[in-house]
Amino acid sequence: MKEGYTLVYKRPDTLLKTRMHYCPGCFHSILHKLIMEVVEEMGIQNDVIGVSPVGCSVFAYDYMDVDFQEAAHGRACAVATGIKRTLPNHPVFTYQGDGDLAAIGLAETMHACNRGEKFSIFFVNNAIYGMTGGQMAPTTLEGQITTTSPYGRDPKNVGYPMKMAEMVSQLPGVAYCERVCLNNPANVRKAKKSIRKCFEIQAQNLGTTFLEVVSNCPTNWRLSPIKTLDFVENNMLKYYPLGVKKDVTATEEK
Amino acid sequence: MDKKIAFMKGNEALAEAALRAGMTGYFGYPITPQTEVIEYLCKEAPKYPKFTVLQAESEVSSINMVYGAAAAGGRIMTTTSSPGFSLMQEGISYIACADIPCVIANVQRGGPGLGTIQPSQGDYFQSVKGGGHGDYKLIVFAPNSVQEVVDYTYNAFDLANKWMCPILILSDGAIGQMMEKVILPEPIPARTAEEMRDEKPWATNGKGKRTKRNIITSLNIQSDAMERRNNELQEKYRRIEGEEVRYETYKADDAEILITAYGLSSRVCKKAVDIAREQGLKIGLVRPITLWPFPTKVIDEFASKPNVKFFMDVEMNVGQMIEDVKLVVNGRKPVYFYGRTGGILATAEEILEQIKAKM
Ligand SMILES: Cc1ncc(C[n+]2csc(CCOP(=O)(O)OP(=O)(O)O)c2C)c(N)n1
Ligand code: SF4
Ligand SMILES: [Mg+2]
Repeated sequence: MKEGYTLVYKRPDTLLKTRMHYCPGCFHSILHKLIMEVVEEMGIQNDVIGVSPVGCSVFAYDYMDVDFQEAAHGRACAVATGIKRTLPNHPVFTYQGDGDLAAIGLAETMHACNRGEKFSIFFVNNAIYGMTGGQMAPTTLEGQITTTSPYGRDPKNVGYPMKMAEMVSQLPGVAYCERVCLNNPANVRKAKKSIRKCFEIQAQNLGTTFLEVVSNCPTNWRLSPIKTLDFVENNMLKYYPLGVKKDVTATEEK
Repeated sequence: MDKKIAFMKGNEALAEAALRAGMTGYFGYPITPQTEVIEYLCKEAPKYPKFTVLQAESEVSSINMVYGAAAAGGRIMTTTSSPGFSLMQEGISYIACADIPCVIANVQRGGPGLGTIQPSQGDYFQSVKGGGHGDYKLIVFAPNSVQEVVDYTYNAFDLANKWMCPILILSDGAIGQMMEKVILPEPIPARTAEEMRDEKPWATNGKGKRTKRNIITSLNIQSDAMERRNNELQEKYRRIEGEEVRYETYKADDAEILITAYGLSSRVCKKAVDIAREQGLKIGLVRPITLWPFPTKVIDEFASKPNVKFFMDVEMNVGQMIEDVKLVVNGRKPVYFYGRTGGILATAEEILEQIKAKM
């Protein structure tokens, strides 16, 4: 670094120096970086184990320089349960899409949270099936057009978008539950703090930590990356309000 | 605690053998006729501070918990019965592709469908032909007594580690439920965290002092990588076929008629052989102990013997292993079949009658 300069921003060493396969403007890459920054700052790179199930982020292990296990579509919470029960002193996290966590893996999600499994769940809600090319997800908004809801999601026929953070926060096993977003720098910074909070509460063995990240999918939303920011602000965040849904450490402090 | 003689139910003996083998984790879901396994383990767990037992929300979950726990370096087992084994197939395919050692026991019951809780051998296809998607194999043991359940389960953990693949103990509701005298092997002391790391340098247990991270995956998205993975797996399977075949022959040396049977059926067939011998009939038994790798060589040798007239395959299904017997015999001798289903076990006399009808 040049003399007289102070380093204020760098790529975390925990993130491998390879080009990501994510589409331009996709929040997946931001979230990868945030998680790896937190892992680096907390000094847990040599302990942590990540789990990525099938979805666009199944390749997370190509970018995050930590021990990693792939899981079948929907089974991340079961795989993470197995890991954490075998290695209770290691931080463990899952990184799951909405199809993965809220459709095919709903049972695993709810039961892991209900048991209070001591790992962190990073849940990417982009309201669509990214990897398979833009089908309707359990989180797809009312009226939203996808390849399997070409006339817009009709809740009378296919049900309503699921508010996972609100549902999960009802379970006693959950220690921390929040919904964050990555649509502007302020929210990105907030999200990073929340990721750290998840790992910290996990280390205290208080219960499951669940972070829903409202995300985007420029490719399958068929919007430019910039326009996805408007869609997130005007549509996603109206239905999926940000904020802490549950924090057992907050009640303890009272 | 060391070697011990006990009178035990098959399912409880299986659980005890796994504990004595140093199992560190068990994940399962209740299903008759194998629920005693998880019940026994839940009861015994406090005696084993390093052992974790968890009732999962489904067999889909339990097999994926096994995938995670075994990838993290544990000595891990799940058990189930046929419908639950069907649910596990996707997970088993992932585990096989990712080269993860673990132990699975399927205490079979009758199907198809919800079927019956009575014993069956209806999962032969599902067990030895892959079962899930893609080209993979499990090493499949078919014990025919509670003692063999104990012995094969006890050895399965190390064998899984040796070959880096899942081991399947395939028994049935009768073996799971019946009580027999068993010699329980000496317990292996639980491994420390360091021993587990040393034993499995590939495990996803945190980078620690390693310079490179470990990745456990079954994903090979590039065609050439997927083909390479398949070729590696097949090469491993050829080596297993060379080293791990186990079988038993009974009064087969001079036999003119050979019964092929495994597991519970083979016990009745032994009795049929004894009765036949008393009547001066030269009948013998070939019993595959490993259903995969299949004892091809010994069956091939019998098939080429001039004095052997035919084979009679006996199973508790409508004819599954017979396909493998026929593949080996390859038209040299007739291969007949007799089987009962619904939990009905053919009697020795019934089997003998079937054989006599073909003589
Ligand atoms: C058992 C099974 N069913 C279906 C699929 C196909 N599949 C792969 S990813 C996916 C959906 C991914 O959507 P999501 O979880 O929301 O992740 P995203 O790609 O949007 O990040 C589906 C249906 C599969 N791989 N496995
Ligand atoms: S398909 Fe969508 S979710 Fe997947 S990488 Fe591209 S933009 Fe991101
Ligand atoms: Mg999605």
